[in-house]
Amino acid sequence: MALTREDVKKVALLSRLELTDEEVDVQTKPLNDLLQQFEALLALDVTGVEPTSHSMPVVNVFRQDEIKPSLTRDQVLANAPEARDGCFVVPKIIAE
Amino acid sequence: MSETVTDVEYEPVVGMECHAELLTNSKMFCGCKNEFGGEPNTRCCPVCVGMPGALPVMNKGAVEFVIRASLALNCQINPHAKFDRKNYFYPDLPKGYQISEYDVPIGVKGWLDIEVNGVTKRIHIRRVHLEEDTGKLFHVAGDDSHVDLNRSGVPLMEIVTDFPPDIQSAEEGRAYLVKLRAILTYIGVCDGKMEEGSLRCEPNVSVRPVGSNSFGTKTEIKNLNSFRAVFKGIEFETLRQGEILNSGGRVIQETRGWNDAKQVTFSQRSKEGEEEYRYFPEPDLVPLFISEEWIEQVRASMPELPDARRDRFSAEYGLSAYDAAFLTENRALADYYEQSAKLSGDPKSAANWMMGDLSKLLNSSSTEIGDCPVSPEALAQMVGLINDGTISGKIAKALIEEMYSTSGVPLEIVEARGWRTIRDAGAVQAAVDKVFAANADVVTAIIEKGLVAKRGFLVGQVMRETQGKADPGEVNRLIDAKLGLQG
Repeated sequence: MALTREDVKKVALLSRLELTDEEVDVQTKPLNDLLQQFEALLALDVTGVEPTSHSMPVVNVFRQDEIKPSLTRDQVLANAPEARDGCFVVPKIIAE
Repeated sequence: MSETVTDVEYEPVVGMECHAELLTNSKMFCGCKNEFGGEPNTRCCPVCVGMPGALPVMNKGAVEFVIRASLALNCQINPHAKFDRKNYFYPDLPKGYQISEYDVPIGVKGWLDIEVNGVTKRIHIRRVHLEEDTGKLFHVAGDDSHVDLNRSGVPLMEIVTDFPPDIQSAEEGRAYLVKLRAILTYIGVCDGKMEEGSLRCEPNVSVRPVGSNSFGTKTEIKNLNSFRAVFKGIEFETLRQGEILNSGGRVIQETRGWNDAKQVTFSQRSKEGEEEYRYFPEPDLVPLFISEEWIEQVRASMPELPDARRDRFSAEYGLSAYDAAFLTENRALADYYEQSAKLSGDPKSAANWMMGDLSKLLNSSSTEIGDCPVSPEALAQMVGLINDGTISGKIAKALIEEMYSTSGVPLEIVEARGWRTIRDAGAVQAAVDKVFAANADVVTAIIEKGLVAKRGFLVGQVMRETQGKADPGEVNRLIDAKLGLQG
């Protein structure tokens, strides 16, 4: 179940990574090596083991529903490549 | 390919996906204020704008609201719920993923009952889960869009109906949403304002020949921001898809927007296969553990739900099923009614005034009951003034309008306007005599030809003569006496 070049291209697209054909070739092998290591895990017998999403036996880390100060708008927009009218500016999304 | 034109009648099959913004003070994973409107990007912090390294912390209040809603929707609670990342790129999603619940939502296997044309139908609910809202995109002139992240990270509850879908008409779809909104507003977890987007509904609609058990290709409708739009949207899609199939075409699976001005849906984007969200457990958040004890605690704090209140209104106040359903459609309305019913001591009359004149006044000024200029106390006092004979029902119609426009005290308005019922029997008798003299032909018709139906005309004339201030009972009695109709 090795990854093909097409798989790598698709993952790149999902991750919004622009890869040249050479880069796709270069990336395919390490990705397959990585997957192979995970495949080793598949060999383990996990019968009777509860699935878990965390390694720590901790649950319910909450905050109370209280308002804390926000950043100023200038701070919020400080890293924006482009800002106007108090908003982040992005390329037009839906063509009319 | 040959195109066959058929004339099959189609019925819709509707699944509902609704999103409710929760009425917490703060956002889901940070302390920014959760509020509608305001200047863009003024309620943001490193967590909700997705700064690298910022860590989310769960808002306990939001989790509790979802437990409450799940219980109100008759769901089972998953004790070991958890959060996952739903990965996709869109400019209103600053982190590049939305924290949501994928395979273990808080509530599962619930239901609510709707009534359409007097028939009760159970609509099954598959899941109720908690996630965070996205920011807002504004499409401005030119080649840009603007992003406001005030809404980013607001706690959002998603409620999805079960499959196969129970909803089989536009009316049932509307009724489902009305009931869902009633429940959510009753239990205080959402303000239900569809026009502000705090309750959003995305029906997915497919059609099949009436009586068939098959399922067609579905489309999802977005931007429905009123009950009416939900009804019209489902209705439109049913017709549109039916026409396509009848003309030999094929329905495309896609998302369609609702254009409220044109009352049509339009294609937004085709779903090119299933979008790949690459869900995985949110590593920044530990799982939830919702104990039996916590659930019982939430259950104990649950207010009376709409169906229970409706049944109690019928039993306790003698209201018809229709009246009881109308007056319990939202909590503010039901609270208002209950208060005025108790204060007036005349629940039936309070209901009539609320459903008649008061509703009309509220509708014509697009005012919610919560902002009604007539207080429940004032309405109760007005009912009392009618019942103790201080004013007539006819005068009360003018009175409630003035109460509505001035927020005045009923008795003070009555005194200022001289609207008290005429107590002077002689004055009423004089008015009766005057009306009889002026309408001799009618009087003759009643007495000689037995046209008793015309009697109402005389009553009306006397009421007009007394400017509505005569006691109608008294007027009737005097007219009958003069006509010789009394036994």
